[in-house]
Amino acid sequence: MNDLLQAFFNLNVILTYLPDLWKGLVVTVELSVLVVITGFAIGIGLALLRTLENRVINTFIVLYADILRALPPLMLIVVGFFGLPYLGLKPSGFGTAWTVLAMVLSAFTEELVFAGINALPKGQSEAARASGLTRWQVLIYVVLPQAIRLVIAPLTSRTIATVKNTSLASVVAVPDLLAEASAALGYSSNASPLFAAALGYLLILFPLVIFSRRLESRLRWTH
Amino acid sequence: MENFLFQFLNVEIAKTVLPQLLIGLKTTLILSFIVVPLGVLGGIVISVLQDLRIRPLNMLLVTYIDFFRAFPPLVLLIFIYYGLPFLGFETSSMQAVVLALVFNTSAYFAEVVRAGIESVPRGQVEAARATGLGTAQTMRWVVLPQAVRNVLPDLMSNVLESIKLTSIASVVTMPELLRMARVAQGNMFNTTPLILAALMYLALLWPLVRLITTIERRSLKARG
Repeated sequence: MNDLLQAFFNLNVILTYLPDLWKGLVVTVELSVLVVITGFAIGIGLALLRTLENRVINTFIVLYADILRALPPLMLIVVGFFGLPYLGLKPSGFGTAWTVLAMVLSAFTEELVFAGINALPKGQSEAARASGLTRWQVLIYVVLPQAIRLVIAPLTSRTIATVKNTSLASVVAVPDLLAEASAALGYSSNASPLFAAALGYLLILFPLVIFSRRLESRLRWTH
Repeated sequence: MENFLFQFLNVEIAKTVLPQLLIGLKTTLILSFIVVPLGVLGGIVISVLQDLRIRPLNMLLVTYIDFFRAFPPLVLLIFIYYGLPFLGFETSSMQAVVLALVFNTSAYFAEVVRAGIESVPRGQVEAARATGLGTAQTMRWVVLPQAVRNVLPDLMSNVLESIKLTSIASVVTMPELLRMARVAQGNMFNTTPLILAALMYLALLWPLVRLITTIERRSLKARG
């Protein structure tokens, strides 16, 4: 028992590395916020674009969404970070992780929101058009809010997965919470920093998980 | 353009590294065939236990699910692989990966299967019980088959995510597809191995993505 305390809950070790861990936590939160905002914006934009039913544009959107949903995000981050320098581009680890995770989130968001738009009864937009709203006004004020409501539960799950995936950035030298904890583990030969980092992730993610649980029970489909 | 082709789509290099990548692909497949069934099985066990409606047990199971849904799998993997040895639990990279991924995916599968079980009307259970089936038989032959059908798209999404997740095994130097590609890329000073690995992932997972999209659309239409 004492060994367990020494190895995992060593307060002295945690306190020593707390400033580093805090910096890591801030990076993780920054990255998460940036990724979620840009990912949603691009994804919703693409879903709206897709409703124009332009054959060429839609082929590209479907291809984009399919590829980004099929490939492991870690693979994409590695390709961006280690591959692009051969072309003379030198993306930062943070920039790579942000771009890749936002693109992946946008692919899932596009699919979900577009499916939501399609699932709405046609009468909704016809009625809105008849009331004098323009095509775009109908999309933004009538269709989109309902479509997002329809897919809010899977969208929240995807957000949780995205925030968890920010830990992949540690692989390309981003000093996020996991990277700081791993470094501290190396310096101190003690697992306590990793344990503290785990608590940090739970702190960020638990509210989201609870929120998604409440959403699901509120929107549970009835038979 | 020429530089791009040389660095990213170099046929010579692709030929050289193909055998290595195929070994990596094999490891990825083996890992997937271990993790996915164990995850599904774990998920079914958890959700069937939840259906017993024993309060303290349910609280424990919900905590398990929420905990592993909130815990980044890479952090879990590093915790198991680099942290547990401090307690005297040495794990091989394979053991660490399987443990981390099964903890993670079983929580996700449990959520999906539970939603499925709850989507089966209670009357079905009562009717099945009235015909003389036992509780376990009712679950096995009446509830679960319908539950699985009702949440098929979510189940398949989870399978897709689980297979993609095996790529984090590369971080603990397990020789799966991404790791082999990364090593080959380092040896060759060329990105082609990574692109080739991406194509292998696509060949493996794209059909699944298409299938999920099709079924999802159908079930959302039915609901909406």
